[in-house]
Amino acid sequence: MSDVSTTPRSFQEIILRLQAYWAQKGCAILQPYDMEVGAGTFHPATTLRSLGTQPWAAAYVQPSRRPTDGRYGENPNRLQHYYQYQVLIKPSPPDLQALYLGSLEAIGVDMDLHDIRFVEDDWESPTLGAWGLGWEVWCDGMEVSQFTYFQQVGGYDCHPVSGELTYGLERLAMYILGVDHVMDMPFNDPGASIPLSYGDVFRQTEEEYARWNFDVANTEVLLRHFVEAEQECKSILGQAHDDPKTGKRIVMAHPAYDQCIKASHIFNLLDARGVISVTERQAYIGRVRTLAKMCADAFVQTRAGGWVPDAADEKATA
Amino acid sequence: MPDLLIELFSEEIPARMQSRAAADLKKLVTDGLVEAGLTYASAAAFATPRRLTLTVEGMLAQSPTTREERKGPKADAPDKAIEGFLRGAGVTRDQLEQRETPKGPVLFATIERPGRPAPDIVAEVLEQAIRGFPWPKAMRWGAGSLRWVRPLHSILCIMVGDDGAEVVPLEVDGIASGDTTRGHRFLSPDAFSVTGFDDYCARLKRAHVVLDPAERAQGIWHDATNLAFAGGLEVVEDAGLLAEVAGLVEWPVVLMGQIDDAFLGLPPEVLQTSMKEHQKFFSVRAAKTGRIERFITVANRTTADQGATILAGNQRVLSARLADAKFFWENDLRTIKAVGLEGMAAPLAEVTFHNKLGSQADRVARIAALAREIAVPVGAKPDLATEAARIAKADLASEMVYEFPELQGTMGKYYAEAAGHDDGVPQACAEHYSPLGPSDAVPTAPISVAVALADKIDTLTGFWAIDEKPTGSKDPFALRRAALGVIRLVLENDLKFEMNHFLKKSLLSAEIQRLVIHRKKEIEEAPNALLKMGTTDETLIMEVREAVEDTKIGIDQSDLLSFLHDRLKVYLREQGIRHDIIDACIAMEGSDDLSLLVKRARALDAVLRTDDGENLIQGFKRANNILSQAEAADGVEYSFGGDIKFCEAEEERALFAALDAAEARIGPAMAQQDFATAMSAMAALRGPIDAFFEAVQVNSDNGTVRRNRLNLLSSIRKICLTVADLSRIDG
Repeated sequence: MSDVSTTPRSFQEIILRLQAYWAQKGCAILQPYDMEVGAGTFHPATTLRSLGTQPWAAAYVQPSRRPTDGRYGENPNRLQHYYQYQVLIKPSPPDLQALYLGSLEAIGVDMDLHDIRFVEDDWESPTLGAWGLGWEVWCDGMEVSQFTYFQQVGGYDCHPVSGELTYGLERLAMYILGVDHVMDMPFNDPGASIPLSYGDVFRQTEEEYARWNFDVANTEVLLRHFVEAEQECKSILGQAHDDPKTGKRIVMAHPAYDQCIKASHIFNLLDARGVISVTERQAYIGRVRTLAKMCADAFVQTRAGGWVPDAADEKATA
Repeated sequence: MPDLLIELFSEEIPARMQSRAAADLKKLVTDGLVEAGLTYASAAAFATPRRLTLTVEGMLAQSPTTREERKGPKADAPDKAIEGFLRGAGVTRDQLEQRETPKGPVLFATIERPGRPAPDIVAEVLEQAIRGFPWPKAMRWGAGSLRWVRPLHSILCIMVGDDGAEVVPLEVDGIASGDTTRGHRFLSPDAFSVTGFDDYCARLKRAHVVLDPAERAQGIWHDATNLAFAGGLEVVEDAGLLAEVAGLVEWPVVLMGQIDDAFLGLPPEVLQTSMKEHQKFFSVRAAKTGRIERFITVANRTTADQGATILAGNQRVLSARLADAKFFWENDLRTIKAVGLEGMAAPLAEVTFHNKLGSQADRVARIAALAREIAVPVGAKPDLATEAARIAKADLASEMVYEFPELQGTMGKYYAEAAGHDDGVPQACAEHYSPLGPSDAVPTAPISVAVALADKIDTLTGFWAIDEKPTGSKDPFALRRAALGVIRLVLENDLKFEMNHFLKKSLLSAEIQRLVIHRKKEIEEAPNALLKMGTTDETLIMEVREAVEDTKIGIDQSDLLSFLHDRLKVYLREQGIRHDIIDACIAMEGSDDLSLLVKRARALDAVLRTDDGENLIQGFKRANNILSQAEAADGVEYSFGGDIKFCEAEEERALFAALDAAEARIGPAMAQQDFATAMSAMAALRGPIDAFFEAVQVNSDNGTVRRNRLNLLSSIRKICLTVADLSRIDG
């Protein structure tokens, strides 16, 4: 592990240092969710785990996709695919701000030379039926993270409250590494035998996806997939809680939530294709929110979500 | 007399909420103390990003003992009634006193409430203040249930007497009070204890915290202007930004940075907006040219490198921001060069303004047509007003306004200039949204006024036509603001403006618009409906057509005019004119001419402030009441005017003469709209009217005399009512 008192030399070193830092602070280091999502918040480790009473502490990188932000790899800081680093701790510890500042130090921000500020920024996700209060964190006038205390998710009051940290990794890394164009940023160590820049890794895909997102994606197919995902989500949640095969209580919140994520991403693709009008937009967002709420309803019916069988049920099953 | 010091220490409080929160803390706590009997000499509250502080000086050390005497039931009342009284008063039977009263023997209780020590009261009051604090938005955190703006970390609460400071013990949701606080998050993070307000302020300053927001703001402004002055520059004043920035820092350090030359060609508003909105920078301009050349940022700390790293970082962020702005600016200019402003505005046809009111392009067409009509009374050339209205909203389709919505109008001006418009047209593009608020300046250039009025009237009539009127506190389309805009445009430019005429014109066009859209839908759907029913039946077709026709909802402009009148009342009430005075004037002919209406109201207000005016109202009302009763009883209308030959008393004849004289003065004055003369002529009737009622009995036994007197009263009513409807005046 590199010495934290030095400035990191690459994008990946910043990620590795964050992983090491949060691991050391007791978070479970999870892997990215294996589906297309618009932000790290959509990972079930955040959305679903912020519900219910069970304590939780997780950190992970989440590749995120925002089809409308694609610029064919030409814009210095806009990408249709980028990385977020996400930390979720429930209940939010009293020293979360200090922990967060420690993570900045760990990735090479010298607290004695920089001006770190917590500037009001309330967070709301209409698609997840979620909101929270917090700040955007500024380092010398640049937003480097979002810091949120979740108040509601999927229409449920969060109790206890989770503290969520989201780092926009590319922007943060560009700042720390002093790079002006994302594609020029060293991905691995510049001294490696095969040094790779962010552009070496992603310029090709940014071009390809921008073309597909904006002009080629088959909107009829997407519209159909949206409806199918919506139907599948509802159908999964319509199943009886008790599995007839095993006789166990298995509420399928996660498979249903996968369909909700899918619908959300398809909506983003349709939006990028420009086939959704202003009024339809609201309707689509509302449909995804309905799914998110249903999934939240289901999750709190699971043991992980804090459901406990009452005595009568225990007796009946015994 | 002890002092009290309270500090509520939390994570960062949004800047915009701090000053209100300090005031609320002061009010909640001091009100609570006073209510419990603890009076004090003075109190002051302060806020920084991380703390709310209250100091109360010269407070009582304990609340005074109070005695309350309460009257109970009669001595011979049933036991149940007496027991109830005892419970309510909290006393025992043997503590009651029996006293003789005119109604017989009655029981009295004396309730004594002993004084309580101040710390007990403070603890109670503070806990209540914390739990019920009126934050605009509050939150929970961790596993607790307390709500605060952001997590609350500590409560400092001490009482300082002659023999030192003592902690007032209290606990709110697991947070126990103490006498410690912390300094600056980075520069002096350690906790320390304090012994009083002065000690607290001094220690905070040593710990890099300036407690008083006014002191922070002054310091920032002082340093900023000095830095700028040294470079021959001046800081663009922005009180709102200064207050906000002072709320973001505990230890302000002012730094001045460069704007890259590449961006200096951007319009100053673009530089200023981008710097202010995104970065909270002050703009710094050359004193001579007014060109914005530098920026001022306020850091929350000192550094070993004198802020060099901080400034370099801020400069980089700004360059990225301005690179975006420059990109939009150049793209927009390119678009205008290629396809003109109308070409740029073409996409507005695809932007829905409201699904029942068509697109932005439809709206622009309506405003242009209306602006042409309005141009005449406001003294603008109709062609220029139309031209300005057509392009005033073109910038809504620009990339710059998409990115910076607050630059709408401003960019319109630059783009209109770039497209070669002049003669006040670019200015109208910039000004046609004005006035936005009650303190916003009102445009005075005729073309600007014409387009601004057309814009607002179209908004009002449009939403009226689709029945989206404001209700209660709900006004999603800001129609009250639009109405106030119309009122101020007319009044402050002293326009003779027949509101009804233009409301009607506009309503008609909005109505047509609504019908076109609605009908199009109906007509499109009609064949389907018919096919579904499998018929080409003539009667059915007729019915469908009628259904389409029926969608035309009758609306008239009088409803909208009374909405404008209501807003006018609010506007004038703020200037001290009573609503009944306005009502008395609204009831008169021509009240859709708001300038005239207000002149009348002001004159009436002035006359009612005089002794004569005030008493005249009484005389008028008396005359009116007697007359109305007589007319109702007799079933006739006494409207002939009296005849002097039936006058018996001298006062009667004098009133006759006075009425004649008043009429002779009021008539011509009213014709000249000289309300002041008319009103004073009317007020001059007070003496004769009072004397008349003093000396004369209207309901005389002599029928002829009575009729004559009633006819005389009728003259009073008639003459007064030509000036204003005095029957609507209160009192």
